[in-house]
Amino acid sequence: MGYTLNFNLIWRHFDKLWGGLLLSLELAVISIAIGIVIGLVLAVWYVSAGRVVRAIIAAYVEFIRNVPLILLVYLVFYGVPTVIDLAYSAPTSFVLTLSVYSGAYLVEVFRSGLEAVPRGQLDAGKAIGLTPWQRLIHVRLPTMLRITLPALSNTFISLFKDTSIASVISVPELTYGAQWINFNTFRIVEVYLVTTAMYLVTGYTLLFALRLVERRFRTAR
Amino acid sequence: MLSQILYALPFLAEGFAVTLWVSLLVVVLSLVAGVLLGVGLVYGPAPLRWVVRIFSDTIRGIPILVLMFFVYYGLPAVGVHLQSFWAAVLALTLFKTAQVVEYVRGAVASIPKGQSEAAMAIGLTFRQRLTSVIFPQAFRRFLPPWINGVTDAVKGSALVSLLGITDLMQAINQVIGRTYEAMPLYILGALIYFAVNYALSYASRRLEQRFAFIRD
Amino acid sequence: MATSSNNSPALLDIAEVSKSFGSVAVLRSVSLQVAKGEVVTIIGPSGSGKTTLLRCVNFLESYDSGSIRIDGKEVGFRPGPARNSGTRQRRSERDLAAMRAETGMVFQSFNLFPHLTAAGNIMLGLTKVRRKSSSEARSIAEHWLGRVGLAHKADSLPAELSGGQQQRVGIARAVAMEPKILLLDEITSALDPELVGEVLAVVKSLAEDGMTMVMVTHEMAFARDASSRIVFMADGGVSAVGPPKEILAAETTNERLRTFLARFRASHF
Repeated sequence: MGYTLNFNLIWRHFDKLWGGLLLSLELAVISIAIGIVIGLVLAVWYVSAGRVVRAIIAAYVEFIRNVPLILLVYLVFYGVPTVIDLAYSAPTSFVLTLSVYSGAYLVEVFRSGLEAVPRGQLDAGKAIGLTPWQRLIHVRLPTMLRITLPALSNTFISLFKDTSIASVISVPELTYGAQWINFNTFRIVEVYLVTTAMYLVTGYTLLFALRLVERRFRTAR
Repeated sequence: MLSQILYALPFLAEGFAVTLWVSLLVVVLSLVAGVLLGVGLVYGPAPLRWVVRIFSDTIRGIPILVLMFFVYYGLPAVGVHLQSFWAAVLALTLFKTAQVVEYVRGAVASIPKGQSEAAMAIGLTFRQRLTSVIFPQAFRRFLPPWINGVTDAVKGSALVSLLGITDLMQAINQVIGRTYEAMPLYILGALIYFAVNYALSYASRRLEQRFAFIRD
Repeated sequence: MATSSNNSPALLDIAEVSKSFGSVAVLRSVSLQVAKGEVVTIIGPSGSGKTTLLRCVNFLESYDSGSIRIDGKEVGFRPGPARNSGTRQRRSERDLAAMRAETGMVFQSFNLFPHLTAAGNIMLGLTKVRRKSSSEARSIAEHWLGRVGLAHKADSLPAELSGGQQQRVGIARAVAMEPKILLLDEITSALDPELVGEVLAVVKSLAEDGMTMVMVTHEMAFARDASSRIVFMADGGVSAVGPPKEILAAETTNERLRTFLARFRASHF
């Protein structure tokens, strides 16, 4: 192995990686925010809906979970505009895809969370005279959120990693930045070492921070 | 439009065969590597446990795409030349192996301590305890998540298209390049992936039910 | 049978065994001899070290000092005087397995192997440790299942059996190995009250056959009726030991025993 590491060119173009990392985080945050809304609405709807609605929501969840993300990214960016007269940028297209994608996973998370809320809590809510809507807002959702927080953190971390797929439609996130430096400097090993380190440090920092938040929630209540 | 797609079907079928071949290789190779490393993680000496733990946490902490580019572009730079097909298989296998390691660890950890003690009490040696008591039970707990995870391998295989390998994903893109029928072809592709993966997850659910007795 | 160098007639000889978890002493210089054919029950409040003592006998747990011998053979450590450093050498994994095969243990939580049938549970040790053919092991398993009244359940999985039935299989699994001594660790504590009787009946019949047993239990009536001696443990030590009548009479002189029995009666009768 006659390869000598030289990071100079990487540092010269580091703004591509740093800017990319920030964009990756931004994509992940916006997507999970929308995904949470989709997941919550559909999960609450699911547990109280009839058979038809349940089947439709289940079909959405199963479809998204069983198709490669990269195909969904292509489908939304290249496919959808050919049938609907709609123009959107690559980042918007990707956020749209990742939101729908995370929504499908979060429906499952929230649905099982809602079902895990102990019956006794709902009975207690009834006993003090709360309306169904009040029971949902004040009893069921807060308990469910605490139950699902770990799964929510995990989903967010994996969405952060999934943002690397955005590079295939030229969204200039972290993986795209790495590819750019790779092709323009040929310091291949260096750029992927640095990129890998950035994903790892960011991912594990997020994980650590989210675990702290979870612990806070558990003890505060 | 329909005739164009029909015309493209044999080509898509070839791509689909590559998708299945990549998935199969990754699943089999990662199973072997993952079980060995997983057992090493649970029962191995401390240095081995550390190496496996770091391997697993590192691999699971980076996007598969980055891992694949790293392997594909990085190996030639350090003098290792692999065909793109094998570079892709290697990267996906590394990723899947880290998952299998965690399934193995979880499965073994889920066996109550009393099982080991009861096996000790009748005089079984360490190896006998593993082969006669722990592994048969751990296997049943390992199987459902593992089969479920096979769908990840099939989905992950779509990334090999980015290294110019003509799998189903790449075949679809190429047909779209000729016919400009993007939407129907992506939907067709999605349905094919869906059919394969849904069948796999159905199978895993059936297996879970079959081994449900173990959860008493 | 007993080694000539050993002048004690005891089958099980526990001598000054001490053990602590960190700064907490769980066993304080416990000594106890059990002769062949004896049934010794250990009673005492929780945290008194009863279960730990039992688990030291087949070396599921190690101890810090003292010795435990079965038939004159040190259980967990290599024979001979301590090496120059004073630290004892643990037996090899293989040796330990062979030693453990000489004692049988029945657990509070049954610990049947869920992937094996009732007969399979019993046959495992017979084929793997005793190296018997599977047909021979099968007939031994059927014999013992008959003894515990479960001949018809030979091919049932543990999940298909009631708690009492599972525990009877657990007993059959232990005695089928023909152990020199049987250790029973609160074997009825996890059972519904109506299932306790069937399990104790099996233990009683084994006692009548002359099986040597050491039993940790909360079944005071059983301890009184079935045991040759009762050991009362408190705070990691043996507080009183003797025939049941003597122990129950010692209530007048042993305050800890009095408190224990009083609390016991209050909650159980």
